Amino acid sequence: MEKKLKVAALKDGTVIDHIPSGKLFKVVQILHLDTCINQITLANNLDSKKIGKKGLVKIADRALAENETNKLALICPNAKINIIRNFDVVEKRPLILPDEIREVVQCPNPVCITNHQPVITRFFVLKDNDQTRLKCRYCEREVKVEEVKIK
Amino acid sequence: MSNKSLVSIADYSKQEILAILESAADFELTPNRKTLDGKVIATLFFEPSTRTRLSFETAVIRLGGSIIGFSDAATSSSSKGETLNDTIHMVSCYADAIVMRHPLEGAARYAAEVSPVPIINAGDGANQHPSQTLLDLYSIFKTQGTLENLNLCLVGDLKYGRTVHSLLMAMSHFNPSFRFIAPEELKMPEEYKVFCRKKGIKFSETSELNENFDDADILYMTRVQKERFLDLMEYERVKNVYTLKNEMLANSKTNLRILHPLPRVNEIDPDVDSNEKAYYFQQAQNGLYVRQAILSKVFR
Repeated sequence: MEKKLKVAALKDGTVIDHIPSGKLFKVVQILHLDTCINQITLANNLDSKKIGKKGLVKIADRALAENETNKLALICPNAKINIIRNFDVVEKRPLILPDEIREVVQCPNPVCITNHQPVITRFFVLKDNDQTRLKCRYCEREVKVEEVKIK
Repeated sequence: MSNKSLVSIADYSKQEILAILESAADFELTPNRKTLDGKVIATLFFEPSTRTRLSFETAVIRLGGSIIGFSDAATSSSSKGETLNDTIHMVSCYADAIVMRHPLEGAARYAAEVSPVPIINAGDGANQHPSQTLLDLYSIFKTQGTLENLNLCLVGDLKYGRTVHSLLMAMSHFNPSFRFIAPEELKMPEEYKVFCRKKGIKFSETSELNENFDDADILYMTRVQKERFLDLMEYERVKNVYTLKNEMLANSKTNLRILHPLPRVNEIDPDVDSNEKAYYFQQAQNGLYVRQAILSKVFR
């Protein structure tokens, strides 16, 4: 009941739900919410049937850009995006990584061209069983998601 | 990106690879032709190279083309802080194609994206060196009469050595089996082993060179390259791990040939040079014909 009230309290905007509790502040960081001027509500360690404890972010009057949802898909792929319009959830959007992501992560290879010249980073997303790996389009290095720095 | 660019060996299909080898064989028979008559080729070498630059430039001259460029980044505008994007755009105003070596990985892919003229990658850091791979394939084909079902031993620096990575990927079209011989610090990276498993390619690994290549058709030696190490302590630990000596070849197959991308330091003893199985100098010569074939394909 309490959860419903929290979501319903947002008139228009975005709710990021089912964030693992340990990832909430990472989400704040990668979405640069510390400098966002919109109304933001953060909640953490809420009870969740699916994942035990969860975090939740509500951002008023803002839709997430594609590269922002791609960032979220990298660090908390099982989180859910709820789009709120006039107090109603009009869309529940699962996080799905596209085949290629741009400007989302920094290549960990110190001698990659993208770390030395003004080049937009591009990574191919390689899904192998349950593990996601990224391959830099430029230096062709394959890396684990945990190895990259999200911009 | 110009679709005529050659950035990575993965840009070529099996059919395109075989067509290049066939074309190289033609150039070996008749090296002097006017295929590039009236064309200007820029050779931009942001880091030093002897064999690759000279063989590309010889290839251009033998095909009737002209050359502009530099062999030392210190003499180019990049030393003044010019971006690679600007250098490529500027040079493409003058040249019909660009042959480029650059110390940064991915530089060739980026150059090919921004360049209005074809880019031929002559090495981008430890990443790709496709013309070397094609001349390796040509050398294997010439000495074995086929590329199919061969047993290759790759020796030395399998971690940083770009030639072995590209060769592995190119040979994957031809049902090879591999033995990787490297010290622990320079083992074949996991991603290439994953690649082999996915493709159903048999491979084994060992850290001992001695007599571990008796069933091999090709023994591909590599140099431990100081410039690829971020940690010079690691380089000092592993630089002299393997040296191939003549007596180690006593039980090898008669069709075995020893390849090396050169330059060698001390990984092949000079007494091996007189063994008929030593093929590394002919391999370097093959580079000329293969690069003629690559340049001709760019303008076809």
